[in-house]
Amino acid sequence: MNLYAEARSGALVVSVKEERLDAAIAIRFKDRMREVTMQPAQRVVLDLSEVEFLDSSGLGAVVAVMKALAPERQLELAGLRPNVEKVFRLTRMDSVFSLHEDVDAALRKGLRHVG
Amino acid sequence: MLADGSQPGSNGNEQAPVRPEAKIFHHSFAATPIAVRTALRTALARFLRQLSPDEAGTLELVLAEVLNNIVEHGYGETGHGTISLSLVRDHRGLSCSISDDGVELPPSCLARSVDDTHRPEPENLPEGGFGWFLIHDLVEDLGYHRANGRNLLAFRLPLPPVQVK
Repeated sequence: MNLYAEARSGALVVSVKEERLDAAIAIRFKDRMREVTMQPAQRVVLDLSEVEFLDSSGLGAVVAVMKALAPERQLELAGLRPNVEKVFRLTRMDSVFSLHEDVDAALRKGLRHVG
Repeated sequence: MLADGSQPGSNGNEQAPVRPEAKIFHHSFAATPIAVRTALRTALARFLRQLSPDEAGTLELVLAEVLNNIVEHGYGETGHGTISLSLVRDHRGLSCSISDDGVELPPSCLARSVDDTHRPEPENLPEGGFGWFLIHDLVEDLGYHRANGRNLLAFRLPLPPVQVK
């Protein structure tokens, strides 16, 4: 399970360096996210732009990470590919996450809100 | 003999029409998450040229939900088993059948009535239970049969009719 995390503009940006977020790695993803998000940051932006495939197990893991961060911190999603976005839409989970076109758009939006 | 353009070694096959690639895809594999990944990759590669990116994504999602469900729940107790996957393109879509020797599928998974009454509510942030709703949403003619300790699940992924050129 490859994740890359860096602090940018007051947000913790975590990039999933995997083509698939599925049943085979959902539990490891949750565990790694727990470690990575220990560093303090008000916002956590999950960059999914390299993920080509997400199934219901991967979706469940993303939801679990969001719940673990709440209520102090929000999990926002960036860079959803069409087949990943479709899973969020079909399950209507797109209504509970902030979705951004990419990480830069997510960070710009944060700055606007702060300003 | 070669002057008319026929190839050497083709004796006896001259009358055979150009053979289309086999229409049925069949794959049997161990019930593990990693073997499911390989099965999905193999199945997708086989049908990729006949599908739009969106259709390919839907096929992969539906098969992933069904197959991982068998790994997690069908064989969850024993931890090992075999899954057989068959796919065939017909006029209305892609007919899929999946068989395994795991435990019986709970009838609640198949009941169309579960659709909205038990559908996970996004507001409650459910971490699971989406799999069967995705399957019901995306396929048609879902059927299930159990005989001699074997589960057979069949459904069709609807696709536009094949273009005849």
